[in-house]
Amino acid sequence: MSDTALLSINSLTKAYPGVVANDSVAFKIQPGEVHALLGENGAGKSTLVKMIYGLVRPDSGSMDFMGAPYAPTEPRAARSTGVAMVFQHFSLFEALNVAENIALGMENPPKPRDLAARITEVSEAYGLPLDPDRLVGDLSAGERQRVEIIRCLLQDPKLLIMDEPTSVLTPQEVEILFHTLRKLSAEGTAILYISHKLEEIRTLCDEATVLRLGKVVGTCDPKTTSAAEMAELMVGKSLATPARTDASHGEVIFKVSGLSVEPANPFGTPLRHIGIELRAGEVLGIGGVAGNGQDELLAALSGETPTAPGAVTLMKEPIGHTGPNERRQMGILCGPEERLGHAAAPDMSLVENALLTARHRKSLDRNGFLDWKATRKYAEDVIETYDVRTPGPDNAARSLSGGNLQKFVIGREIMQDPKVLVVNQPTWGVDASAAADIRQAILNLAQQGAGVIVISQDLDELLEVADNFTALNEGRLSNTRPTNGLTMETIGLMLGGAHDMHDAAEAAHV
Amino acid sequence: MAIDPVTLMAALIVASTPILLAAIGELVVEKAGVLNLGVEGMMIIGAVSGFAIAVQTGSPTLGFLAAAVGGALLALIFGVLTQFFLSNQVATGLALTLFGLGLSSLIGESISGATPPPVARLNIPGLSEMPVLGPILFSHTAMVYFSVALVIAVWAVLKFTHVGLVLRAVGENHDAAHALGYKVIRIRLMAILFGGACAGLGGAFFSMVRVPQWTEGMTAGAGWIALALVVFGSWKPGRVMLGAYLFGGITALQLRLQAAGIAIPVELLAMSPYLITIIVLVIMSSGKSRAALNAPAALGKVFHATG
Amino acid sequence: MFKLEKRPSPSKPWILATPILAVILTMIAGGLMFAALGKNPFEAIRIIFWDPLFSQQFAAYSRPQLLVKAGPLILIAIGLSLGFRAGIWNIGAEGQYIMGAIAGASFGLTFYPTESVWVFPGMVIAGALGGWAWAMIPAILKTHFRTNEILVSLLLVYVAEKFLASAAVGFLRNPEGSGFPGSRQLNRIEAFSNPELIANTGMHWGVLLAFISVIAAYILLNKHLVGYQIKLAGQAPRAARFAGVNPTRLILLCMGVSGILAGLAGVFEVTGPAGQISIDFNVGYGFTAIIVAFLGRLHPVGILLAGLLMALTYIGGELAQLMLGIPASAIQAFQGMLLFFLLALDVLSNYRIRMRKEGVA
Repeated sequence: MSDTALLSINSLTKAYPGVVANDSVAFKIQPGEVHALLGENGAGKSTLVKMIYGLVRPDSGSMDFMGAPYAPTEPRAARSTGVAMVFQHFSLFEALNVAENIALGMENPPKPRDLAARITEVSEAYGLPLDPDRLVGDLSAGERQRVEIIRCLLQDPKLLIMDEPTSVLTPQEVEILFHTLRKLSAEGTAILYISHKLEEIRTLCDEATVLRLGKVVGTCDPKTTSAAEMAELMVGKSLATPARTDASHGEVIFKVSGLSVEPANPFGTPLRHIGIELRAGEVLGIGGVAGNGQDELLAALSGETPTAPGAVTLMKEPIGHTGPNERRQMGILCGPEERLGHAAAPDMSLVENALLTARHRKSLDRNGFLDWKATRKYAEDVIETYDVRTPGPDNAARSLSGGNLQKFVIGREIMQDPKVLVVNQPTWGVDASAAADIRQAILNLAQQGAGVIVISQDLDELLEVADNFTALNEGRLSNTRPTNGLTMETIGLMLGGAHDMHDAAEAAHV
Repeated sequence: MAIDPVTLMAALIVASTPILLAAIGELVVEKAGVLNLGVEGMMIIGAVSGFAIAVQTGSPTLGFLAAAVGGALLALIFGVLTQFFLSNQVATGLALTLFGLGLSSLIGESISGATPPPVARLNIPGLSEMPVLGPILFSHTAMVYFSVALVIAVWAVLKFTHVGLVLRAVGENHDAAHALGYKVIRIRLMAILFGGACAGLGGAFFSMVRVPQWTEGMTAGAGWIALALVVFGSWKPGRVMLGAYLFGGITALQLRLQAAGIAIPVELLAMSPYLITIIVLVIMSSGKSRAALNAPAALGKVFHATG
Repeated sequence: MFKLEKRPSPSKPWILATPILAVILTMIAGGLMFAALGKNPFEAIRIIFWDPLFSQQFAAYSRPQLLVKAGPLILIAIGLSLGFRAGIWNIGAEGQYIMGAIAGASFGLTFYPTESVWVFPGMVIAGALGGWAWAMIPAILKTHFRTNEILVSLLLVYVAEKFLASAAVGFLRNPEGSGFPGSRQLNRIEAFSNPELIANTGMHWGVLLAFISVIAAYILLNKHLVGYQIKLAGQAPRAARFAGVNPTRLILLCMGVSGILAGLAGVFEVTGPAGQISIDFNVGYGFTAIIVAFLGRLHPVGILLAGLLMALTYIGGELAQLMLGIPASAIQAFQGMLLFFLLALDVLSNYRIRMRKEGVA
């Protein structure tokens, strides 16, 4: 047992009703070390960091920080000890400016003018330029993350916790971030890096602790351990990659051209001259960093936002002016990103949620009077076919885990036999085995001749399922390219908004 | 009969003060992300408790204090229900108004008809003797000056202080504020109590200065108008004050016009403050306005910390 | 310290139990209030809740009153509940009630004197239209300008009250009423009157319609697409749009239905129990109906029961005023308290309360 550890975690346990989120978790972080915390969704990573950051108190166990007992009761205590945290979500205020956001995360914020000067100074020192006076609501996802990082850096933390920091970044931005983190680590700041992306961890981290179902299942040196080995530790079994057969694609069935949409809310993204051609049997992947117009695009394709009639066509028929139900009748089905509240009503039962989109294609009503028996049957079919784990169809949607609800939502659409399926972030926050099932279902659907558009921020996912790839950046789509033979570098440029691929290719060679 | 512009302007300020007080309190509550529709109830409780205590003690100051306490106590019910019992804010606010109206008439039963001690005018030496401006601006009760000072204080606190920043942050995104370690519920409770105290003072201004007497339901929708003023002012103290004076002007003018026997039906004049409030609301909410941007993003949403 | 845990699904037993528990708690708190007023709390509670139905002395008069008072409350609350379920807050039912009454009475009185049997149905339709039109103002302002319907519908109550005053002393004033404000006695003119249908029950056309509305709302909410859309829009507005629900149409529908029902309640009241348009014929049914709607859990059957209960507190309140000198306003506070307890207890159906050792939020 070495006394040099910066933070030692000694058998922390935290239980919630029905689930032990952390079960005797123990490991150590050394000063200046980049330590990976690896695990699937639901493995207990976020509970653990919440305990380190003082947001949640452990049921039992203890922590030591620099040799002294450490039991923060609130984030303020954690911050004053030298622990800072960059959140994945939920810690910025859109209507406040950068400086105000940063002041809110500090113990004793200096006067506004001094703070602005400090922000500029630190942001330049670490290669993360930021304007203190801009509204956070107007910033891109990558810039928002900088706000979070600078907020932490201004407090000279000894330990910096980063929760899934790269999920909102382009590959190029990831490079910049890693550069910053390496610099911090060289200066002696330890970093606890939470992720499920194995390649990243292999490039960045010195040590990795793997969590599964709340328990530490192993530690390893990521530099010398293969991604496959780590994946097996993390998931507990080896996963089959979805099988796909290269098939020739049919006619263009679904076409979008010159689609421009103004955003409905002040912080939304406008869509600009979107053009898409989708063939029967094709899976088109649309990549892009969060907040570049994904929601708006899905709404325009689903019919929630009506557009000019000719902007969207199905089999050459203009349908841009039609609403969601008319499109469903024609065979265009969608699965939005937000499961609870958009794709499904949280407090309604699965039966009621089955009715949400399947009324027309499954004939679940007569003149407006609902056929609950048939609806229940359909919900049960979806539950059975897609292996949705739930006590029964009468349970509320929000009682299901993310993965199970997503299987239900995607299954509900696919079992209606769509001609065109559009899904946004189909496996976000879903555990690995459910994600694999969902991807397989998407491929099977295309196999049967439907066209599928997969909008996702997970590039690995797109490379796995998509035949063709295009990127969404600030509401514009890049040119479409076949997925085969795309390099990460090119993808990065496409995501970053290099719309002319000729230039991009040149830039890539510089 | 001609209408004297000087007394009209002075009356305007008197008519505006109660709704200004209530509105500035509600602004703070809404900035913290809470929608309390019980302003009318808190005002009427303030009106009756202020009146009762002032009559009992003979001290208007104690009366106003009691009004603030009364309003805050009623607001506390709202705070406990919405913050700890996570009840729906719209329904709870309505309940507060209904309960406040009932309770106030119950309390007021025994004191109706009494005369409150006169609230002294605070003539500001030197200034109050000025022609025109003197009687309009510098010859009012202390509460009028207090309301203006309060607006300035709220503006300054929200804009320049850390407390104000935290309050705005809580109203903007309570999950983020919680993640940073701010006590969302405690901050909101304080704001709710402040709002209640302000509404109580506003109500007492009715029963002790403007009317001055106690009659059932005497606030006659002023609380609702105060709520509308917050929207009208797009959550900015200065604009809320402007709105309150505009509204007060209309009220004062229509009363003068009624008295002057102008050939406009009395009922139409009496309706005019409400109608104009509606029209202003429509103007403020139409268009892709800045007003919508200023609305605190977490307004009316239930906060429940998980974990 | 205790802490709340969200239940995976709302608890059915608690949904049923909380209104009953709320009534019991209100009786206790109300009893304390009556005690503070220097009255015997047990006697007061008995007079309010028991005597109107079972005392030999009063029941003969009070029992029919139960339906008379519950009718408009249920009718209005059913309309409001549809909107509340959809997240559309029409709280100006009192104004729609007044305008319905004025519209109905005006229609009838233009034919005075008449014996035509068609006038009364015409008055009913005019009343429905009056309430509907008044509710359309906040509805259209909301759909076209996104103006807050809570504030507009409420402010329109005050406008309606002023209009009522001008009707009672102006264009509807009884020309043979020796100058007193108020219209002709509508319930004494056969062509205008809404009579008691079965003697000594209090049953009139409005009560009958209230019962029909309960059944219709039940079918709508449980068997029909529109009811499903209403619930969906209230619980998850984005999901509703995804399901193809047109929010504008839904707002117009919900506001319209609640306006119509409130207007009908108004016209049945002035042609029946109230008898005439007078400055203060409205006694706040439009506001009390909000309590009824919540107490009934926005469920048609619940509203039926809550309406009866609330009617009982009105009658019992009058009785308590007579017998014990408890002021009428005490009953209003009592009703407000009931809503507080209900809202507070609501938490039990959606959350589980757990004790814990130390307090961390």
